[in-house]
Amino acid sequence: MAEAKTADMNITDEVAIHINAMHKWYGEFHVLKDINLTVHRGERIVICGPSGSGKSTMIRCINRLEEHQQGDIFVDGIELTNDLKNIDAIRREVGMVFQHFNLFPHLTVLENCVLAPIWVRKTPRKEAEEAAMHFLERVKIPEQAMKYPGQLSGGQQQRVAIARSLCMNPAIMLFDEPTSALDPEMISEVLDTMIDLAESGMTMLCVTHEMGFARKVANRVIFMDGGQIIEQNEPEEFFNNPQSERTKLFLSQILHH
Amino acid sequence: MSKESIAYVRTELHPTLPPPASAVGPVHWIRMNLFSTWYYGVGTVVSAYLIAWLAWEIFDWAILTAVWHAKDFQDCLERYVGEPVGACWGFVDARFDQFMYGPYDPASYWRPNLTGILLIIGLLPVMFDKIPGRKITGPLMIFVFPWVATALLHGPIEMTTLQSTIGIVITLVLAVGGLFLGFRGRQQYNPGQAMLGFGITYAIAVMYFLAFGFGLDVIGTNKFGGFMLTLVLSAVAIGVSLPLGIVLALGRRANNMPLIQMLCIGFIELIRSVPLITVLFMAQFMLPLFLPEGVDFDNLIRALVGMSLFSSAYMAEVVRGGLQAIPKGQFEAADALGLNYNMSMRLVVLPQALKIVIPNIVSTFIGLFKDTTLVSIIGLLDLLLTMKQSVTSTQWLGMEHTGYIFVGSIYLVCCFGMSRYSIYLEKKLHTGHKR
Ligand SMILES: Nc1ncnc2c1ncn2[C@@H]1O[C@H](COP(=O)(O)OP(=O)(O)OP(=O)(O)O)[C@@H](O)[C@H]1O
Ligand SMILES: [Mg+2]
Repeated sequence: MAEAKTADMNITDEVAIHINAMHKWYGEFHVLKDINLTVHRGERIVICGPSGSGKSTMIRCINRLEEHQQGDIFVDGIELTNDLKNIDAIRREVGMVFQHFNLFPHLTVLENCVLAPIWVRKTPRKEAEEAAMHFLERVKIPEQAMKYPGQLSGGQQQRVAIARSLCMNPAIMLFDEPTSALDPEMISEVLDTMIDLAESGMTMLCVTHEMGFARKVANRVIFMDGGQIIEQNEPEEFFNNPQSERTKLFLSQILHH
Repeated sequence: MSKESIAYVRTELHPTLPPPASAVGPVHWIRMNLFSTWYYGVGTVVSAYLIAWLAWEIFDWAILTAVWHAKDFQDCLERYVGEPVGACWGFVDARFDQFMYGPYDPASYWRPNLTGILLIIGLLPVMFDKIPGRKITGPLMIFVFPWVATALLHGPIEMTTLQSTIGIVITLVLAVGGLFLGFRGRQQYNPGQAMLGFGITYAIAVMYFLAFGFGLDVIGTNKFGGFMLTLVLSAVAIGVSLPLGIVLALGRRANNMPLIQMLCIGFIELIRSVPLITVLFMAQFMLPLFLPEGVDFDNLIRALVGMSLFSSAYMAEVVRGGLQAIPKGQFEAADALGLNYNMSMRLVVLPQALKIVIPNIVSTFIGLFKDTTLVSIIGLLDLLLTMKQSVTSTQWLGMEHTGYIFVGSIYLVCCFGMSRYSIYLEKKLHTGHKR
């Protein structure tokens, strides 16, 4: 057995996300087929798979950026339905980091970070700013607080986006290919931030093709293809001993080129 | 051997130098921009000559040969004066009050003046960052100024509801009930209820205020005229069209509310496909058909409704253009952070969308400002019509040039001012390139 990662001690029995027989269609197109997934609090899950396999769609269903048509999703025990109250409650618990950062370009870095705490959580501005500075320090860019996103590098913007999500004190963080729009030399600064976050015990679902990150941080790797979960396993097993032919093919494509 | 010639390592870093003198400074600028080739040089000389000639002609007409004091047209025409005559500023001087206020009661000129001063004092902090007080004057301009202006310009408005005891009792009960509802909504964090409650109370307070105003004499809207009328028309139309346009644009994009969407599309497309003159005529003749009998709006209100609706439809399309330019990721990020629809529109989407379309918004305002001249067709005495009437009076026959140039310059100054302000605003809101 591989020696346990320090972060593994954070995993509890508490269920953070429960997805049960979930299906989704885009019009006639059946994107997600029979997704079943239970995520425990403190787990760090990496999701990989070929382009178009439905990875983004799946994690976007968790905070209702996309609507599912069949099956159930529970986040923190709250069922995701059309009830706006539930959706709002879930979005307050779930932070999301996007491939293209999606910072608000008309606001400074600090304003980006305090916007949701002030308006959604009704935190007093001063308190929100202190918290924001704390998280900006954690992602190592407190000195950029007064700049606008357009004045930062891609890596810096993505770290701001992470800090912005953290300012809402989410219980769960979703990452959708957070490093794939970045130049190689900026990838590691963002990954370092994510590793730091994982070590603090955050529940994370992360779509990424950074296999080094997966080996180091994940306690579970999920492989998707054709809108289905094909295989999931602990990272060592997943990479060294993949079971499905599709997984083998996918791994051979991304690991040796 | 060949390998050695490729390899190169810089051992000392090159220092940063200022740009060479020939790349900066006025001489360089003139060389580069005005005389870069011989034909550019010729062009520059010819244009410079034309500009100088034009400037001289204007100067000669407006200053050197201008008549500054005149009692009638005889003082301003060459055939009576005996020498070439330029502008007849005496005419403008004599008629200045009419141009500014139309048939408004001269003893009450202070009322529009005060309104104008209040407008400027209220708007300056909102328009320019450097002037403090925006947080105070902004809401005042929205919620108080329109009614103060009405009370100042027009005087009290007759409210039949407030003339009977029942009416007074009902309105007072409603006002108190509204306050109660409002405070309860605030306590229970129910913004919808709070807004409704305070809204009712506010509406009734406005009603009472309009009924009594400042106790000034009533000056009917048929006495509004001149530049003042132009300003009233454009200020109201601008003030209504921006918020209404935003609401219509948002409604047009509300895919999850098909009925509202259809209403908005219908309104926008209907109004946009009809000429403004037709809208004005319709407002004049058709508005009464939709209103209950006995409710009668005067001409000015009809024109205001017509112009406001017309410009709102255009504004809606301008704003929609801006909304479409906002990437989907912005909406998603706002959603993911838990902002609700109102917040995400107000805090994230609209500030960016409106910034993109500032030039178009200002173009719409400028168009609107000039289109106010069309109200002369339904008999309102705006600046242009006032001037036209002045030059047909027997005292000032033949004063068209001066009159039109004077009126034209007023429009020019106002529109140019708006255009410059739009550039200032764009620069101010520029926050580095988007990514
Ligand atoms: N809004 C949409 N309407 C219709 N089809 C869509 C829509 N969004 C995605 N799809 C389709 O759904 C499938 C899954 O898309 P998704 O974005 O989840 O893939 P992905 O696994 O994230 O791929 P990638 O690695 O390229 O990001 C794709 O075939 C895509 O074409
Ligand atoms: Mg994707």
